[in-house]
Amino acid sequence: MVEVKTAGERVICTLKGVLDGTTRFDVSASHLRDKKIELVGEDIEQWNTDFVVVVFNALKYVPKAYITYTGLPEGMEQLLRLAFQVPYKQEENARPQESFLERVGDWGIRFCRSVKKGCGFIHACWVSCLRQLSGKAVYRAKDFWMVLGDCGPKSILIVSLISFMVGLILAFVGALQLKTFGAQIYVASLVTIGMTRIMGAIMTGIIMAGRTGASYAATIGTMQVNEELDALQTMGISRTDFLVLPRINALLLAMPILILLSDFMGILGGSFVCVLFWDIPLSEYIKYTINSFDIINFLVGVFHGLVFGVVIALCGCYFGVNCGRNADSVGTATTNAVVYAIVWMIVMTGLITLICAKMGI
Amino acid sequence: MMKPETIIRTENLSIGYGHKVIMRDLTFDIPKGDIFIIMGGSGCGKSTLLRTLTGLIPAHTGRIWIQEKDFINARPKEKLEIIKRSGILYQGGALFSSMTLAENVALPLQQYTAYRRDKIEQIVSFKLALVGLAGYEDYYPSEISGGMRKRAGLARALALDPEIVYFDEPSAGLDPVSSKNLDDLILEINKTLGTTIIVVTHELASIFAIGKNSIFLDKTTQTISARGNPAALLENPPNEQIYEFLTRGAQYEKGTK
Repeated sequence: MVEVKTAGERVICTLKGVLDGTTRFDVSASHLRDKKIELVGEDIEQWNTDFVVVVFNALKYVPKAYITYTGLPEGMEQLLRLAFQVPYKQEENARPQESFLERVGDWGIRFCRSVKKGCGFIHACWVSCLRQLSGKAVYRAKDFWMVLGDCGPKSILIVSLISFMVGLILAFVGALQLKTFGAQIYVASLVTIGMTRIMGAIMTGIIMAGRTGASYAATIGTMQVNEELDALQTMGISRTDFLVLPRINALLLAMPILILLSDFMGILGGSFVCVLFWDIPLSEYIKYTINSFDIINFLVGVFHGLVFGVVIALCGCYFGVNCGRNADSVGTATTNAVVYAIVWMIVMTGLITLICAKMGI
Repeated sequence: MMKPETIIRTENLSIGYGHKVIMRDLTFDIPKGDIFIIMGGSGCGKSTLLRTLTGLIPAHTGRIWIQEKDFINARPKEKLEIIKRSGILYQGGALFSSMTLAENVALPLQQYTAYRRDKIEQIVSFKLALVGLAGYEDYYPSEISGGMRKRAGLARALALDPEIVYFDEPSAGLDPVSSKNLDDLILEINKTLGTTIIVVTHELASIFAIGKNSIFLDKTTQTISARGNPAALLENPPNEQIYEFLTRGAQYEKGTK
């Protein structure tokens, strides 16, 4: 039980009996203003730290010089002294509420800065590429083989599986529609043209963005956390030479081969459905596939792949290099790398399609 | 007496991140061959000062001369020349985890010297031996302990025989014995190679063991509040903050030591 008595400049709080978290300690703010608080213990039978919590929260704005302790149990007094040793930090540092316009402005500034930063990064990579062509770029062949091993052979299984399934779905859905015209056999053309021109590239791109782009961002981001990027900079080695070039090169080399594989697996998936579900003879399917295969379509697909490779590598490396210095920001960097890679791949697909349409390809 | 040559000089330097200024009016000289301690409480800007001195972040205002060359206004190429002549040991060693210790130490050599491969290998072995890691050439950073990683980082920092070596919190994360060994190594390097050593730390044992000269960055006044030999500063503390810092928080009373 706590009794509060006000006597002039002093507020005497008498603590007695059983004191715990349920004990009420009512002091109003007007009680506390510029007054000396005396905590007096009388016949305390029992107390625990829950009660200390109550006292602290009641008195936390009172400066420690204003509080005196008499006859309190030793532990309680020590705990309270410890809790009051540093004055309570008042909310003077709280961020002022920003107005709507201010937030829009901030967003605009941030947006412009990130565009500038992104363009700067692309420029640095371009300069590195030129340096590579003139044989002056610094990177280790071993790093290139390592990333190539990771984005090439190790991606074969997943690319094959997904492309097979996509071919299968294309054939299944296409045949359902074409059946109404009795034109099921054209499923073979649908799958071939669809896979070689765009689907093979897009599926490979998305898989590689999730697999390789994310791994680039995480690896480089962790290097940032470990100060390895600082070490590179203070050794005077360009980050874009040392980290980005091998990764762009590896993806540029791996993407066309993976797309070739993806196209093949998609067509295989299509044939699987046609032969098993729609009773089209395999020889017919192969015939129509060969008839509708167009090297231009295939090359457009491969070109998509090359562009996607650059996009994935740039996004992965950009977010890795600009990663913050804690574990959380590595996660953010990885997420951003994948999201931006996919968005930019779609944008690039649109652009390429537009250009191809204009050029009549 | 001849005045010792100054290797680094700063003038009215103010440092910080973005728009935020952490320390201002930093003016100090670091004599050649010195062991210079930058000390201060946590978050006072010691590491920021180090990052500014090594060119990782730009200074807000002020000047830095390193070996008589204006570091802040230097063109990238000149900056590189200055950077080449200094080595940095980062807090965690900052070794490249995809490379073996030998490859890590060899990297700056491959970058800046025209030595043949076997010559580089020999230098790498020697540098690793200097820091007590003889025979660890083919280990990866993840396979060795934290203290060994730091020593390997030091071997990399020493690869090009730098004239200045910066240490960022050398004792952080090390047990007392490893920390002492690293301090001894710092003293050895300073003595035998004549390297100027700049250490950012708040580890009192290290400060007194190795420090010949120091500055104390005071968080409250945002500038240097004491400078000189750490032991002498303890003898004659110029202010309360430095006394508390050097005595682990003992009460400071004017007139008493």
